[in-house]
Parts: sequence; C-alpha cells; structure tokens
Amino acid sequence: MACRQPLTPVLRRLTRTASSEIGRHSSKSQQALLRTTIRCLSTSQPRPLRQTPSRRTAQAKDEFTSTKYPEIQRDERFARLTPEHVAHFRHLLGDNAVIDGVTSPSAAIDDDLAPFNSDWMRKYRGHTQLVLKPATTTEVSQVLAYCNEHLLAVVPQGGNTGLVGGSVPVFDEIVLSLSRMNAILSFDPVSGVLVAEAGVILEAADTYLASAASPHIFPLDLGAKGSCQLGGNLSTNAGGLRLLRYGSLHGTVLGLEAVLPSGLVVDDLCTLRKNNTGYDLKHLFIGAEGTLGAITKVAIHCPRRPAAQNVALLGLPSYEHCRRAFSEAKAQLSEILSAFELMDAGSQALVTQVTGNTHPLADGGGPHPFYCLVETSGSNAEHDSEKLGAFLESVLDSGIVADGTLAADETQARTLWAWREGITEALGHLGGVYKYDVSIPLADMYALVEATRARVAEAGLIGEGDEFPVRAVVGYGHMGDANLHLNVATRRFDERVEGVLEPFVYEWIQERQGSISAEHGLGLAKKKYIGYSRNETMVGLMKQIKGLYDPNGIMNPYKYI
Amino acid sequence: MSALRILVPIKRVIDYAVKVRVNKAQTGVETAGVKHSINPFDDLSVEEATLIREEKLGRRAPGGVEEICAFSAGPPKAQEILRTALARGADRAIHVELKEGEDLEPLSVAKLLKAVVEQQKSNLVILGKQSIDDDANQTGQMLAGLLGWPQATQACKIEFGEADAVSVTQEIDGGTQTVRAKLPMVITTDLRLNEPRFATLPKIMKAKKMPLEKKTLADYGVSGEKRLKVLKVIEPPPRQGGGKVENVDGLISKLKELGAI
Repeated sequence: MACRQPLTPVLRRLTRTASSEIGRHSSKSQQALLRTTIRCLSTSQPRPLRQTPSRRTAQAKDEFTSTKYPEIQRDERFARLTPEHVAHFRHLLGDNAVIDGVTSPSAAIDDDLAPFNSDWMRKYRGHTQLVLKPATTTEVSQVLAYCNEHLLAVVPQGGNTGLVGGSVPVFDEIVLSLSRMNAILSFDPVSGVLVAEAGVILEAADTYLASAASPHIFPLDLGAKGSCQLGGNLSTNAGGLRLLRYGSLHGTVLGLEAVLPSGLVVDDLCTLRKNNTGYDLKHLFIGAEGTLGAITKVAIHCPRRPAAQNVALLGLPSYEHCRRAFSEAKAQLSEILSAFELMDAGSQALVTQVTGNTHPLADGGGPHPFYCLVETSGSNAEHDSEKLGAFLESVLDSGIVADGTLAADETQARTLWAWREGITEALGHLGGVYKYDVSIPLADMYALVEATRARVAEAGLIGEGDEFPVRAVVGYGHMGDANLHLNVATRRFDERVEGVLEPFVYEWIQERQGSISAEHGLGLAKKKYIGYSRNETMVGLMKQIKGLYDPNGIMNPYKYI
Repeated sequence: MSALRILVPIKRVIDYAVKVRVNKAQTGVETAGVKHSINPFDDLSVEEATLIREEKLGRRAPGGVEEICAFSAGPPKAQEILRTALARGADRAIHVELKEGEDLEPLSVAKLLKAVVEQQKSNLVILGKQSIDDDANQTGQMLAGLLGWPQATQACKIEFGEADAVSVTQEIDGGTQTVRAKLPMVITTDLRLNEPRFATLPKIMKAKKMPLEKKTLADYGVSGEKRLKVLKVIEPPPRQGGGKVENVDGLISKLKELGAI
C-alpha cells in the first residue's frame, strides 16, 4: 500500500483534470473536491459579466455595491451604529464574539471585517462596521430583539458563498454570523435524521455522516461545501448535485429552528417525516434568503451512503436524442440514476481548447453535437453495472446514442466528470462570460441556447476573429433537473452584447413559464427580475408575509423583497 | 523481424482512489464491497500493447503485431478487467480462476506466466512494474530470470529497431536511462509511458460477448503454495488534528500548557 500515496500526484496528472484554483473553496481532499469545486462555479450566475481573475482584480475588486448600484439608497429609517449599541452587544455576547469597527476604527479592523463585507466572487462589497457571532439561539434572539427595537438592519450570514450578493451587506447593516453555532446535536443512524446547528459547514456534516458506523450521506452537495453552512444552504434553498436523486431541501428538511426579528424563537425542530398539523411554516424560511429571520438549527433526513458509483459519457446527435436518452435512463436505471448532465459541443470544444486534453470520445467519430454524463449510485456494484450495461446497450442499439464510454475505474470516473465541471473554468480563462442559471421545461430547454445564438449572430456579434465581441454561446447543465446554464463567452466587454441578451433572455424564459433563477436565488443580482418568474399577486403575498414577520424590515434589506 | 506476440498480464486490485481499511482481525485489508479496478500499471501495459499495434507515436514494430493476449489470475470478478482489456484492444483473454481471497506470491505468478508464455509462444511480455496492493515489484524480474530473457524495467518509452532490437527508456532516480535488447524480452511499465484511453461503447459491448479462456493453476502445472505467512496488518497511527483557540490569550495559555514557551 505504501505506493498509493506517491502514486497519487502522477496519476492525478495522468487524469489530466483541469487544475482548480478557487482558493476560497480549497479543502483537505482536493481530489475529491475537484469535481465539486468546479461545479460550484459552473452553477454560478453572477449576472452581468464575470471577469477573468486578472481582470476582476483590476476592475471589480474593492468597488462598493453602493457605488456600483447608485439607484439603491440607504434607508434612513435605520439607525446608525453608535458605541453604545456596540457596548450592549459586547455585554451580551462577550468580546470575542464581536468584530467592532464602530468604537475605534482602524485598518486592522477593516481587514477583519473585509471577508464579511465581500462575497466570494468579489462582486459585491458592503460597508458593515460590526460583525456579531452569537454562540446560542438565546444570544441570536437577544441580538435580533435589540436590533429590532433600535431599528438596526441585520444581514444573517453563513459561509458567505452565495452567488447573487444575498449574504453580504449593502450599506452599514450588522452582519450576524452563525459560524460559531457549529455543533452537531444528534444523529439517529436508524431513521437517518441529523440535527445540527446552522453554522455547521456542509462538508463537516457530510464527513460526520460518512464516518458513522452506518455511513450516511448529506442529501445536498455543492461546490462550496468546504465553506458553506447549513443555515445558509436552507436560507437559499441550495440545489446542488444530488437534487435529482434526493430531492430539494423542501423535501429533506424535517424541521428547523429560527429566530424572528422580534426575538421570538420559532421552534419547529421536528424530526418526523410525517406531521400534518396545520401550516408548515418551516418552508417559509427555506429559500427566504434571510429576509424573515435567522435559521439557527436544522433537522434533516439523510439517506444511506451509496456503496457503488458508475459514470458513463454519451455522445448524441441532437437535443431530441438527449431527451430520449434521459427518458430511457429514468426508465431503465430508475432508482440508481444519480446524475444526468447535458453538455453541448461548443462547451466541450472550449474545454479542449483550454486544457489541451483529448476528449474521451474523440476517437469514436466525434465531435458529437451533444454529450450527456450519466452517473449511477447504488448499494450493489454488480447490480448497478449490469443495469447500466443494459441501458447503454439499448440506447446504442436503438440509435439514440452515437457513441459513449464507461469509466473503468475511479480515475476515469473523475476524468469524465472533469469534462462537465471544467466548463466554467475553461470559459473563465477565455474572457468575460454572461451567465444565466435558468430552469425551463425540458422540451424547450436547449432552444434557449439556439435562440440566443441566432439572436447574437443576427446582430453580427459572434464569430471567429477579434472583431467579434462574442466567442461562443454554449449551454450545459443539470438535465435531470431541467436546469440549464446558458453562457455567452465574450472576448471583451461590449455594451451591444448586453443589449442583445437582455431583457431578451428573461422574456424568452417568461414566455415558456421558466424560472430566471433555478438554484442561485435572487439576492441583489436578480432583484429586478423577480417579475419575470413571479406575478404581481405572488410578489404581493410575499410582501405581506415579510410585513408580518419583519414589520420593521430590518432583516437583509435592499435585497429582493 | 518476427511478428510480435504480446502477453499482457493484468491484476485486479482495490481501486487506487479508494481509501483502504485494515480488517478487524488484522489479517489483511477489507475487500468486501470495495471498488476494484485494474492495477494502474497494468492499465498502461494494455494501452502500450494497443499503441504498438496502432503504430502511433513512433512505436511501430517492423514485424507488426500478430496477437495481444491479456491474462489474469484472480477471483471470478477478474473477468471484468479482462473484458476491459478486450475493449481496449486485446485480441484474446485467459483467466486462471482463483478462489475469492486466494492470492499468489510473486514467484508463483512468475512461474505461472512462464508456463503461459511457453504455451502462447509469446515473444514480448509487457506488465506493470508492480501491483498497488502488495507493491512487491518482483514478478517481471523473476519472470525474465525464469525465462532467461532480457528485461527492461520501469519503461517510459518503448521503440522498435531493426533485427528484433527494442530500445526502452527507463525511469531511474533523477532521470532516465535507455537500454537496448533483442526479442524475446520482458518489459515492465512505469507511469509516464502513456495515457490509457477510454474504451468506446461499441467496443465495450463487443468485448462483453467475446469468449474468455478459462484455466486453472493445475493446467499450467503451478501450485499456489505460499512461502510467507502474514502475521499482522496494522494501519499507520492516525494523524492528530489541530485545535482552535479563541484569541491571542488563549494561544499563549495553550502554548504554556504544552510547555512550548
């Protein structure tokens, strides 16, 4: 066995997976994370233009949200922080739980505050001067009650890995960090119910479950798992990689505890799968993005960890064939199907161009117009292999699939995933990218990419050569969840491109009853666009609920509601 | 120049990406329900044999390749890696079936391979320099010794010349060394030799239907007798995790507590 470790670097090189350089999300098990790390980016939709790292540091870094969006004005109803306020919080929580830039501002304190003020894409930057880190629900309750009474605005913050600017302050809101509430409270290996505090890091929860005597799995997995926290996951209703298999948090979360701005503790920490006793209010907090209260504890139903996984990559002649393949996969793989990902030829060409690797299907008459990655997870490797083998044979024989391959070992499985996950990174290397994370009924899903491509071509903006601002319009995503990532890769910033894309893309989605934000939420980035996916009545009802629970509007102001 | 009859011996091992665990009895590692794959070095052997046939990248053998035969001695599930080898380019596969849990020491494997080489009239054996389960790194060398053939170990480049000459660049500490010998010979592979390909679906399907030659140790006149007995297997001591302190004062008192200051 001594050889395994020395082997790793070379084998890793052999797999030629694109290296990831996303520092904020680095983790102990780099290899295991490679796939998820990159995938986090691939599902990220920072709206107007995502810059390459060098350009980002040159332009967007250090720009205050309030400068970038001058139309957002500070709400002067909110009080400004005074040393008296801070002294009260110090008294409540202790000195170690307060980062105070109010009483004695200094550059050192600004450095301490910086990570709480900026999102990890460094697109948004607020002006907070105070971070509070309560350690118990009671402390959260005392803090919020005091803020409510004194009209101090608050932004609850978990791992701060959101992609739409929902977790950072805009002006001088107090940051309420839940990071010290990081205890796992209980786990029942028979029912699979995990109860944990909101500040537990997702990966820590998953590692805990994996190392249990009967290994379980957290029903949510996403690229930022090394940093993001359970409370934030719930607040944003994070989708992630396991949604196809385990469903959304609205299904897996059994109960939660939250604190309202009044200080009232909403104790709905139910651990039962069935509980039909009136309104199920916990659902209001899932996806509320911290606008109603702060989630402090979570009870979630965790499935057993699958013992066997298989990965196949398919090459298909058209989007229609992808749909048929997906339908067949559901029919033949049913309970073991755990991922069905779509990639178009353009996206794979970009990965090839950037990494210089040979595509796994390059020998089999490729490139194909579409590729699908199929993953199965189950309890019995032989059973799964047999099913997957039969599925592959049938789709090949019936002409649905033109070519494909099956990972023979873990290294190959990771290599195949890297072709899906490397897309975002490859796009980033080539210049700015307009990204849209949308959900559209499956029948029309890829038509958005075609329509967008046609529209950009009509405007004469796309082509080979430097005179065209747009390099490519590509689509990929979680086909299993009808979640498409439309990406427009540009060579440089050009106002005409944005004019052609917006509001065209949003209107197109609205016409087909799609969602303009499939899994990233609205936050600040998509604040303006809520109307494309929710009608006036719905937005009105949301506002009523907001007014009921947070009458002073202190929770996460200036965001989507 | 003789046409090549290549023998590619391969072994089924625990997948290199899997974290191995010692079993409760401390007699070996836990294998039940653990993902197994082809030994990564053997994967390179299969790929190299195929590349020699495809005459890519200057690996052309003047006499051409007459046959590539994959061989494995292992439990019934070793068939899976033989089928993978077939899908990747082997023409035939021979499986010597062992009982689950039964394994052979390098010398037994070398004797077995010698018998296979003689039966198959192979003139080139390409095998992994070691298998990642026992890390013995002995089989290739012993086989060459038993056959009386030249051997080139740790190959990162194989080139064919005139008159059965084969030049092999070997990985050595801090650099490479190039040796030349004449067929027949034994070559063991190292990581830089090539990058194994993905077998395409049609080939995987075809390989599933190809026959496997089933043999036993007795067919080759070899006994699986063991000279070594494993007494105990233990894991390395777990790494001590770090702790967190609340502030500078906490750090100082912790350091004092540990006697560091």
